[in-house]
Amino acid sequence: MATIAKSAAEIARAVNARECSAREIIDATLSRIEAVEPQVGAYLSVLGRQARESADALDARIAAGERFPLAGVPLAVKDNLALEGTVTTCGSKMLERWVAPYTATAVRSMLAAGAIPVGKANMDEFAMGSSCENSALGVTRNPYDLQRVPGGSSGGSAASVAAYEATIALGSDTGGSIREPAAFCNLVGFKPTYGRISRYGLIAFASSLDQIGPLTRSVEDAALAYDAMAGFDPMDATSVDRTVEATAGTLREDLRGLRIGVVKQFDTHKLGAEIDDVYDRALHDLEALGAEIVEVELPTADYGLATYYLIAPAECSSNLARFDGVRYGLRVDGVDVAEMNERTRAAGFGPEVKRRILIGTYALSSGYYDAYYVRAQKARTLVARDFAKAFERCDLIAAPATSSPAFRFKSKSDPYSMYLMDYYTIPMSLAGLPALSVPCGWVTPEGGERPMPLGLQLTAPLFAERPLLAAAHAYERATKHAAKHGTQLPEAAR
Amino acid sequence: MKYEAVIGIECHVELKTASKMFCGCANRFGAEPNTLICPVCMGMPGSLPVPNAAAIEYMIRAGLAFKAAIPAYSKFDRKNYFYPDMPKNYQISQYDMPLTQGGVVRYWLEDGTIRECRLTRIHLEEDTGKSTHAGSGDGRIAGSSYSLVDFNRAGVPLMECVSEPDLRSAEEAVAFLEMLRRTLMAIGVSDVKMEEGSLRCDANVSIRPIGSETYGTKTEIKNMNSFRSVRRAIESEIARQSAMLDAGERIVQETLGWDEANGTTISMRSKELAHDYRYFPDPDLVPMEISEERVAAVRAKMSPLPIDRFERYAKEYGFNIKQTTQLIDAPEIADFFDRTVEVSKHPQQTQNFVLGDLSRLANESGIAIHQSPVSPEHLGELVTLVEAKTINSKIAKELLARMWAGEGSPKAIVEREGLAQTSDPAALARFVDEVLAANAASVEEYRAGKSNVFGFLVGAVMKNSRGKADPAAVNALLRERLGG
Ligand SMILES: [Zn+2]
Repeated sequence: MATIAKSAAEIARAVNARECSAREIIDATLSRIEAVEPQVGAYLSVLGRQARESADALDARIAAGERFPLAGVPLAVKDNLALEGTVTTCGSKMLERWVAPYTATAVRSMLAAGAIPVGKANMDEFAMGSSCENSALGVTRNPYDLQRVPGGSSGGSAASVAAYEATIALGSDTGGSIREPAAFCNLVGFKPTYGRISRYGLIAFASSLDQIGPLTRSVEDAALAYDAMAGFDPMDATSVDRTVEATAGTLREDLRGLRIGVVKQFDTHKLGAEIDDVYDRALHDLEALGAEIVEVELPTADYGLATYYLIAPAECSSNLARFDGVRYGLRVDGVDVAEMNERTRAAGFGPEVKRRILIGTYALSSGYYDAYYVRAQKARTLVARDFAKAFERCDLIAAPATSSPAFRFKSKSDPYSMYLMDYYTIPMSLAGLPALSVPCGWVTPEGGERPMPLGLQLTAPLFAERPLLAAAHAYERATKHAAKHGTQLPEAAR
Repeated sequence: MKYEAVIGIECHVELKTASKMFCGCANRFGAEPNTLICPVCMGMPGSLPVPNAAAIEYMIRAGLAFKAAIPAYSKFDRKNYFYPDMPKNYQISQYDMPLTQGGVVRYWLEDGTIRECRLTRIHLEEDTGKSTHAGSGDGRIAGSSYSLVDFNRAGVPLMECVSEPDLRSAEEAVAFLEMLRRTLMAIGVSDVKMEEGSLRCDANVSIRPIGSETYGTKTEIKNMNSFRSVRRAIESEIARQSAMLDAGERIVQETLGWDEANGTTISMRSKELAHDYRYFPDPDLVPMEISEERVAAVRAKMSPLPIDRFERYAKEYGFNIKQTTQLIDAPEIADFFDRTVEVSKHPQQTQNFVLGDLSRLANESGIAIHQSPVSPEHLGELVTLVEAKTINSKIAKELLARMWAGEGSPKAIVEREGLAQTSDPAALARFVDEVLAANAASVEEYRAGKSNVFGFLVGAVMKNSRGKADPAAVNALLRERLGG
């Protein structure tokens, strides 16, 4: 009996040792998907036949003596990552039937490591959103409370792993789109340094911010996925040509000698007593593990949101111009090309995508460019400088991942309150820093019946993924918050 | 009134790199539509551009050729507008930090006068696809029922070159373009073929009363597909504007199309107003650093520039403008010529051979001079032999034919076969005396006044010497012997 409740590390070990086959793991995962997917809705497409074939092929290679760091690990792929031959929708009507003609570099790396894609995960349309509610193609529910959102934009990715419909999920993070859903779904969500993982094949939202990363049930699994994907890619001019040190083997058990910064501007009192308590305890736990807690300042942190909502829409307004009905995707005919473009875009994009295209087009327009786009870029530089200065005094920064646990569907009706969800994650994105969210406790939201998880966000200097993962692992091992409560779903076979 | 024209040229030149600007697709003209495409140049979701280093090197070459500044930092920007043959609906181009800035094109007119036209900038961008409109009969979009797009050209590296309004006549504009063309060809960055679209140009034309310092209202002419049509279009536009001003009318700033068939410019009446291209730095590409070392490395490998050759050939060597231009416009032959001169040290005699006998042999055989068995070193030897009067021109001609056939060094042939011209007076006297003795009747005739016999006697002496005698010396000796 294949045990899909295990970690990626355990599955890979068992499959490589031929204690169980990749096929058994995949069959068990597909059964699990069949059983819980009607409640969760993590996937936009399930790759049953393809996954079984890949598993059989992998088993044959293992039988022939090959070994793979992620052998047989069931993988959920966010639906903005190209996987050749699969429909890759970006959660949009625009690409509802678009079959990717090539595979993203990061996905290719996971395949080479032995991971097996079982489905394409739901997401906010073109990764714009924090609840997955902006998906034009499906509803994804939080396995810990099916009345609540899984977070976003990598909501399907988070829900799939939390529901044991996958062991590792790939997500993308532009302003918090991996870290926030990970926090909402009791997972580890890791966004590496900008440029560490190739963006080739990631359908762009905001090119200068987008970064691929894993969502997993443990830090070790996140490290394994990172080790498989990190590295220079000649297909991505912004990927960094710099040595990547493997992280999975260097995880720590304590935090002795580590200085952890707490940001003065990120006052958690305003999040309410219960949440404040969870974060206070997290700092005590870090201290108990040997870390020294120091206060640091990020004076420009408050400008993060405004800066982000100029730069990201500006880039998206240009990135999404290619969806015009001419070459691929949705086409709604018109009397001429211009009308076809207009009708296609009117029908293909949802309201949030249109809103951001409008904001971005405005910010780049002649007469406004200097006042908006150029100033936002300057603010971005200042945010990065603040972090650099803070890191003179500490090795890592600890902060909340979100300002609340997962909320109910349709409870954030105005866009701004939704944008505020990314308040704590955006500054790190603007600075390109590696950051992750690790489970740090539970609160029962007002009016809620079930305890919901919270995430602690740890941030490291550029390219310091190794100490970041090492420290998160120590914290996870010592606290074991994730295991304290279960989902609303039937337990996965152990 | 008398007017002066003020003309500026804007042209797009496709670079002849092996692959496209931002992907690995082949950069080739004439393939079946949509066969040279990939996810990147089709703007497929998720694809990313990676700059072609060769294209950047070509830009540095062009910058150096026109003495432009090559800034240490440059970047790519996105030019945003919707057009169905542009896959991403933005063009990766350069806005405020082009790869080259300023510069000057020095060109010559038919009479050899050198003129200058300053460049504003040359920047690098990607070409668009090519639309064909069907169903309207004339290939225009108006009235067409559908359009086809070929993306083979999409993503081909394109150099945009903008001149200052320094040109004053259609003749200057064409001479400028010819110079641009021959320079870009010489430095190996483009085929610059207007008929294949690898050179496309627009002209900005205005006129003003002679002596005026202010510019008149300009119009922009498009659709010119040969140098001849550039000349005709500009001339026609100058005439049109002059007639309008003379009639007291005002020139309207507009875009005009050149109607080749009717020989007139026509208003394109484009309904689009001023575009806001919303330029911003392309976040998919990192800024480029162009180090001095990189520029120096490109400079070290630069081919000779046409303008430098012009000054050498026309000024230093004294070649006429037609021959100079002929040589420069065949860069391989000019290279061959230059290497030959290095050996021969006699530019005029070398040029005579290259543009004369050697070109004739090349035409007859269909083999290019620089690909023939005649090396510059051997031709240089031949010229040296002629200049030193070691051989006469008749032998030289024969030797050249044998060199063309692959016989190698002329010096070696001459030595081996004793073909050196005889300047030994005793040997010469023997050749002459033998002929005089054998042709007593002719000698009599000559002395009786039939001077045309002289030529026959010279020929006989030359024949007697098997061509080795110096014809001038034979002439002199014969006259002496005949007492005339
Ligand atoms: Zn291509």
